[in-house]
Amino acid sequence: MKYQDEFRDRDIVQGLASRIRELVAGRREPMTFMEVCGTHTMSIYQYGLRTLLPPQVRLISGPGCPVCVTPNEYLDRAVALCRVPEVIVATFGDMVRVPGSTSSLLEERAKGADIRIVYSPLDAVALAAANPGKRVVFLGVGFETTAPAIGGSILAAKKQSLGNYFVLAAHKTMPQPMRVLSADPELKIDGYICPAHVSAITGPDAYRFLAEEFRIPCVITGFEPVDLMQGVEMLARQVVAGESRVETQYSRVVRPEGNRKAQAVIREVFTPCDAPWRGIGVIPGSGLRIVDAYAAFDAGKIIPVEVEETKEHAGCLCGEILKGKAAPADCPLFAGACTPESPVGACMVSSEGTCAAAYKYGQ
Amino acid sequence: MCLGVPMRVVSVGEDGVVAEIDGVRKDASLMLLDEEVKEGDFIIVHAGFAISKLDEEDARETLRLMREVFRPEDMA
Ligand code: SF4
Ligand code: SF4
Repeated sequence: MKYQDEFRDRDIVQGLASRIRELVAGRREPMTFMEVCGTHTMSIYQYGLRTLLPPQVRLISGPGCPVCVTPNEYLDRAVALCRVPEVIVATFGDMVRVPGSTSSLLEERAKGADIRIVYSPLDAVALAAANPGKRVVFLGVGFETTAPAIGGSILAAKKQSLGNYFVLAAHKTMPQPMRVLSADPELKIDGYICPAHVSAITGPDAYRFLAEEFRIPCVITGFEPVDLMQGVEMLARQVVAGESRVETQYSRVVRPEGNRKAQAVIREVFTPCDAPWRGIGVIPGSGLRIVDAYAAFDAGKIIPVEVEETKEHAGCLCGEILKGKAAPADCPLFAGACTPESPVGACMVSSEGTCAAAYKYGQ
Repeated sequence: MCLGVPMRVVSVGEDGVVAEIDGVRKDASLMLLDEEVKEGDFIIVHAGFAISKLDEEDARETLRLMREVFRPEDMA
């Protein structure tokens, strides 16, 4: 697909950069834009986009990676589950390496636990069908992009009358933490680079309150360098004009109404609940739990386990990093005690984590 | 983890498609897609599900407009 590469066109990126410079020339107050999508974080580091921006424009990373924001308590519960006889834990790859309070799924696997990395929750459903004597527990972690896929897997398991497929649900929704961060006087966010594929599901209206209540401009952008630079330019333009609207740069994928079918699947299987975020704490209404009608698929209800007491990792700054208040280099463990090979905190594990991106691309 | 990948639809089945990127083929469920797809369309695939159709025309138009504005010779 050629035009995908064309969104990396240097001339266009440089053109956008010089336009941003012109826009903010003469401004003394810097503007701070936050991205809340792990894939955006990766692209920004990978293409060194910060180096193209004038000093008046600052990009900071927020709670954009679902693996990173999942607290230790959830990982501890997953570890406890994988120790239950005849349980197979199925998960996306990033989750296995995240350290819980005293163990990780990878360590448990070395000790003999049956842990399978799958690409799709539907693979986990197939695993349950193929192993009728076992109980398959899928680790349901992710934002609005992933929630409908997991919901879909529950619907598929129901259709096949599977009694041995379960989800340990810890889905989170993006607008609520953005409300918390917007209200934080220490952060002073001047604009949001809104997540791309979360928005493909929710549609742009999910961020309207940020523009209207908090007067913070929002732009939904794609992942390529041209997308991100254009997104920053659109944000800077709004700030300079004193406006605050939700705009969509990524209109090739994001529709004004979002994805109604996926929204319907979320509503069918999940209902909002309060949820804990690493570093931020419990945010009311920011999680999704499985509705009672599908309780038979809820690992949390059907397979009770004793969970060890939660311990935080000494010295790890993940919490502050996820709030945008610290950068990886601020952490004393960064690139020393903590590396992608032996991560101390979640932000170094996930390929979308801020520390992992900073480590990999040397910033 | 939650990366959505643009892929080209190579065949359309009952409730899913086979889609391809860089020579890799994958099944993608259509359960979450509220737009019609046909062979040759581009879709965003996330965790085994097609979640959105990619509007190729729109993409080309975006690029065309930008090229017009940022002609290399004007950008010394
Ligand atoms: S789901 Fe995709 S778009 Fe959303 S935060 Fe994760 S990587 Fe970004
Ligand atoms: S460098 Fe490691 S320990 Fe420090 S904040 Fe990042 S993940 Fe946590």
